[in-house]
Order: sequence, then structure tokens, then C-alpha cells
Amino acid sequence: MENFTPISALLGGALIGVSVSVLLLLNGRMAGISGIMNGVFVAPKKEEVWRILFLVGLVLGAMLFQFITQDSLSVRENYPLWLIVCGGFFVGFGTRMGSGCTSGHGICGIANFSKRSIFATLTFMASGMLTVFTLKFFGAVS
Amino acid sequence: MKNNLVALFAGILFGLGLALSQMIDPNKVLHFLDVTGNWDPSLAFVMMGALSVTMVSFRFILKRSNPIFETGFHVSKQTALSVPLILGAATFGIGWGMTGYCPGPAVASLGLFSVEGVVMVVSIYAGFFAERFVVKK
Repeated sequence: MENFTPISALLGGALIGVSVSVLLLLNGRMAGISGIMNGVFVAPKKEEVWRILFLVGLVLGAMLFQFITQDSLSVRENYPLWLIVCGGFFVGFGTRMGSGCTSGHGICGIANFSKRSIFATLTFMASGMLTVFTLKFFGAVS
Repeated sequence: MKNNLVALFAGILFGLGLALSQMIDPNKVLHFLDVTGNWDPSLAFVMMGALSVTMVSFRFILKRSNPIFETGFHVSKQTALSVPLILGAATFGIGWGMTGYCPGPAVASLGLFSVEGVVMVVSIYAGFFAERFVVKK
């Protein structure tokens, strides 16, 4: 567990909690990112702008962090491309079918005491763990 | 106008949170999912950090009749557990375990000029569109 970073994890998590609260208090929206991403192409024109701006904000936030800390976060390279292409597809398909991802179910839904979100979160955590175990077992990743 | 600025601001905060907590690093997420290996429980602490804010704030916010800049809250009223919910979450988990990215970090990683992040975001959208064709709602 030498990579465990509890303090920055708690603080970063709290920032995410504040972001989600701001969006709900001011705009009445749940910050479920898969839903926001999907909405960019399916929502009525007037409803698209805030979604695009939220996603632009995510990108800017990551850039801003690099700028403030002068700490260049490492970018992963040479990871098997087929895993990204297929895995990305499953993330898209699954989050639509299951109506949410880590943010929508894991943070917003659980805070709203939604039984659906608690079940969804337990399910994707378990299947994620099982997937990593399986990929390592068959030597697809180190 | 105001709600667009709020969305941008909320997005920036969220992106900062993902970077500070290192959840933007897919390998760190994979180390959380790797329970039988060199386990890194950080992701659970990120969720605890976020939930410790939202568990309290949501109680006060949802007691209001309206949000500040909009009329009405857009909150899911679904309560029943369903097969698509569980199957969808399980499918998402498989993709998450294959890549180490969930949707938020995938988008945020574009800010680090991650080539892999671009492929990830495009693949996620392919999954969105496929789901719309396959699953009739």
C-alpha cells in the first residue's frame, strides 16, 4: 500500500463534493458525468450549452492544477490500445444502460440515499475488481 | 447565462478535485481495483471525501422548493431496482477495469493532452450511440 495517498484523496474528494453541491444548489442539476456527456448530443439545443461548459471546465480544471502546482501529472503511454477501445465502449454502453457512472451513482445517488445507486455502485466496483483480476490472471496487463 | 457560468465553475472544481486526488491517473484507479495485488485504497477515500460533503449539503439543498437559478430540481425519481441497472453497471465496471477510466477522468485527462484519453472519450461515445440503437427505451 505504498501508493496510498489518503490526505490528497480526501481533499480532492471534498472538492468534487463541493462541485456537485454547487451544480445542484444553483442549477438543480446532478453532476452525473456520463449523463452530461451523453446529453451534449441528445438534449435540445438550449440545454446543450451548460453541459459543454461543464465538460470544458473539467478539462480546464486539470490544466489549472498542472499550472498551479507546476507539477506535470504523468500521462500513461504504451497501454494496450485494444483495452482502451473496447473498455471505453463498455464504459459508454454500460453507463447509459445503467443510467449513471461513478459520479452520478457513486456520489450524487448515494448522497440522495437512492437504493438504485447503492446497488449500481456495488455492482460496478465488484465487476471492475473482477475484471482487473481476470486481466492480470491471463497476463493481459501487468 | 448565469447557469452556464455555474456549470463552467463546477466543472473546473470537479477537474481540480480529480487532479488533486490523482483519480485522473488511470493506473491509480486500477491499483484500487486490484484488490489481490498492491492495493491502493485511495479511491475509497475520494468517495468518502465527496460523500462527507454531499451527504450534508444535499439534505439542505433538496429541502428548498427550487434551485437558485432554475425552476425545479432535475433529480431521478426512479426507485425500483431493474435488470438494465444491474447489467449496465456490471458492463460499465468491466470497461472501468479494462481501462482505469470512468467518464469524468477520461474527459479531464484531455487537459493533460493524453492521447489515450482522446481514444477513451471517442470510445465512450461509440458506446453511448450503440446503446441507443440496441436498447429501445
